[in-house]
Amino acid sequence: MAELDSFRSETRAWLEANCPPEMREPMRSESEACWGGRNWTFSSDAQRVWLERMVERGWTVPHWPKDYGGAGLSPAEAKVLKEEMARIGARNPLYSFGISMLGPALLKFGNDEQKKRFLPEIARGEIRWCQGYSEPGAGSDLAGLQTKAEDKGDHWLVNGQKVWTSYADKADWIFCLVRTSTESKQGGISFLLFDMQTPGVSTKPILLISGNSPFCETFFDDVKVPKNQVVGEVNRGWDVAKYLLGHEREMIAGMGLGGTGGTLGRMLKPDDPFLRAEIAAFDVDALAFAAMSERFFEMFKASEAHPASPSMMKYAGTELNKRRHELMMAAGGSDALEWDSDRSKGGKTPRDWLRTKANSIEGGTSEIQLNIVAKHILGLPGA
Amino acid sequence: MLQETAASFLADEGSIAKQLRHWRDTGCTDGYGTALWKQFGELGLTGICIPEAQGGLGLGSVEAALVLEEIGRNLTPSPFLTTAVAGARAIEGTAHAERWYPGILSGETVLALAVDESSRHAPEKTALAAERRGNGFVLNGQKQLVVHGNSADVILTIARTAGSPGEREGLTLFAVPKAAAEVESATLADSSKAAHITFSNVELDADAVVGEVDGGWAPLARALNAGRAGVSAELVGVAAGAWAMTVDYLKQRKQFGKLIGEFQALQHRAAHLYGEIEIARAAALKAAELLDSGGEKADLLVAVAKAKAASVSKLAVQEGVQMHGGIGMTDEHDIGLYMKREAVLGELFGDVYFHRARVAELSGY
Ligand SMILES: Cc1cc2nc3c(=O)[nH]c(=O)nc-3n(C[C@H](O)[C@H](O)[C@H](O)COP(=O)(O)OP(=O)(O)OC[C@H]3O[C@@H](n4cnc5c(N)ncnc54)[C@H](O)[C@@H]3O)c2cc1C
Ligand SMILES: Cc1cc2nc3c(=O)[nH]c(=O)nc-3n(C[C@H](O)[C@H](O)[C@H](O)COP(=O)(O)OP(=O)(O)OC[C@H]3O[C@@H](n4cnc5c(N)ncnc54)[C@H](O)[C@@H]3O)c2cc1C
Repeated sequence: MAELDSFRSETRAWLEANCPPEMREPMRSESEACWGGRNWTFSSDAQRVWLERMVERGWTVPHWPKDYGGAGLSPAEAKVLKEEMARIGARNPLYSFGISMLGPALLKFGNDEQKKRFLPEIARGEIRWCQGYSEPGAGSDLAGLQTKAEDKGDHWLVNGQKVWTSYADKADWIFCLVRTSTESKQGGISFLLFDMQTPGVSTKPILLISGNSPFCETFFDDVKVPKNQVVGEVNRGWDVAKYLLGHEREMIAGMGLGGTGGTLGRMLKPDDPFLRAEIAAFDVDALAFAAMSERFFEMFKASEAHPASPSMMKYAGTELNKRRHELMMAAGGSDALEWDSDRSKGGKTPRDWLRTKANSIEGGTSEIQLNIVAKHILGLPGA
Repeated sequence: MLQETAASFLADEGSIAKQLRHWRDTGCTDGYGTALWKQFGELGLTGICIPEAQGGLGLGSVEAALVLEEIGRNLTPSPFLTTAVAGARAIEGTAHAERWYPGILSGETVLALAVDESSRHAPEKTALAAERRGNGFVLNGQKQLVVHGNSADVILTIARTAGSPGEREGLTLFAVPKAAAEVESATLADSSKAAHITFSNVELDADAVVGEVDGGWAPLARALNAGRAGVSAELVGVAAGAWAMTVDYLKQRKQFGKLIGEFQALQHRAAHLYGEIEIARAAALKAAELLDSGGEKADLLVAVAKAKAASVSKLAVQEGVQMHGGIGMTDEHDIGLYMKREAVLGELFGDVYFHRARVAELSGY
């Protein structure tokens, strides 16, 4: 315990000295998040400095081994770091599908060469990744995917189309599910990594209802991918894909926490008694969910959680986050409906509200999460 | 008959592609097509709530509701609710009726109703000051998010001539010509236009008063009741439109080798929604009937209708987007437009919480 205490005071002092004041302000919009990558332009010096300093300590991925760019922290130490960052309102130095999704999958399924090659780059925010799972005909039924990779001896030849690929137009590399055999639905899928600059890859942005355009259609036309870029075994990519989805769902579930300290009621201070009652009911659910999250993350890290429990968390967390934004809209009244003026900060409230509607769709819909819980946890037949 | 006319006219001329998307994507400053408003006039629809003696159809809230449901279903941007329903009712039986009805009937005049001064609907809290000066009045204060306030010819403005905020007495309704006030235009989430209006020493003649001085609550309440019943019907249309689009999709989209409509998880929710929409429609029609017949429970049913229609419509648009999956989040698909329209209509003339409180108050608890 004494060791943890001294870790806490060292961490606190270091953060105090090294986290630039601008990086302790809440983000005003999605565009202030740092995503890193080959073509990243920092929105401010503070954003760059903050990332560099955190990278140097291995604190972008504190619990990863030091060899792979992490700090090798124990779960307890990682938790302290998280708490201390939250205490001063420090921003996440790096948003990264590499860290939250691909990294864990590589740690478990990657070979030595792949881990050494990709993990440190991910930790340093040098490569920005996108996720090539969904296809026009394969959404909830992910294993129904058709994008084909043919074995051409020294390389894979990839042809097909992905859709809803978040940030495909900004990403450097993609982790992609491809069909390498048609003999069985789930048994013929492989997990492939490749550079988005490879000839034959193209992207087309799609505009969202929030007015932003964070995702794309992605096309592969005779894309040549080196043989050693398959993660795990050929035709066994479904295991990798599902493991990664567990981490993705865990990450998305975290949105239920809303990222702010304090209750929603305290932030909104509603005077309408009916709205106040509804917000209080929400706060009950949110605080209870926060307690569950803590317990869940501990169980998950200790591998004690049911493998399907991220589905329960994702369902609960995303439905909660949608409700949070409904209430923010309600409390904002007509102010919250303004779409694009300066006084409405470019319509931040309604745009954020609309964006959250995707929480119960992306990473597998709420219906799919409930199906998974019914089937794998409750053991209900036919679900 | 009227319903059929309205349904086919709006499905054709008022469609999302022809109206909402067109005006949105061409950056129209009114947010709606004036040609369509003229067509409303040619069909007589603008005169629905105007007495026959004054050239209108002499119908009422029920008929307005039928039209508004079709407007909701097609997300047609139009000043019908503000002008032909709320506005026409506000000036009914006053000298302003003679003056403005002809323009409304021909689809040339647009009225807006300026009530709220903060982000929450609270008509009693009106503080905008109208001081007597000579024969007339001087207005000072501001109004927030007045729907169509930037394109209206006349802004019907509720102001305080006596008493203090929180009281229904001492309010007066004024017909303020567009040019008199400072109008800052705002775009709302559903691409419609509203205005922040500032009145600084706006001088009005005595004949700008609608009805009685200090007796503005009566015409305001008339307008608000008609507007609330109307917006309830429009919300039912929004819900029905989103629901129909969703059920269609359930019958087309395949996953796991099945139509997604075969999944009971979705069937039950679509069925539940069907029932809820029917209930909300009944409440909206009942409110309109009571308004037309002067029924004693009209105020209560208007509040019930608005609270129910808004919550059902919210459920319908949320389920609509959710059941469409990823495509529902795209701007290209229409289902998201229903979600944005619901947000605006749900707020207009009082949100769910406001009307639940009204129900409690009118029921004596
Ligand atoms: C903002 C956003 C970002 C995304 N980012 C990415 C990304 O980066 N990479 C990527 O690969 N994908 C991404 N996705 C795609 C996402 O994972 C899919 O949209 C999702 O899995 C749903 O698939 P679908 O859109 O095809 O919907 P469908 O599968 O067609 O589902 C339509 C509806 O049917 C329901 N349904 C389907 N099957 C069943 C069933 N068996 N039982 C009950 N209900 C069912 C669904 O729940 C949904 O309500 C993103 C999506 C969004 C909205
Ligand atoms: C107070 C009472 C009075 C009654 N009176 C009469 C009477 O006078 N005459 C008479 O004949 N019967 C009567 N019943 C019996 C009643 O009709 C049955 O209990 C009822 O039809 C449900 O059948 P079950 O009990 O076999 O439940 P089950 O059919 O076994 O259903 C169990 C659960 O599964 C759900 N379920 C079943 N099928 C589906 C499906 N396809 N999709 C989704 N969910 C499903 C049900 O909704 C229920 O929640 C009475 C029951 C009660 C409780």
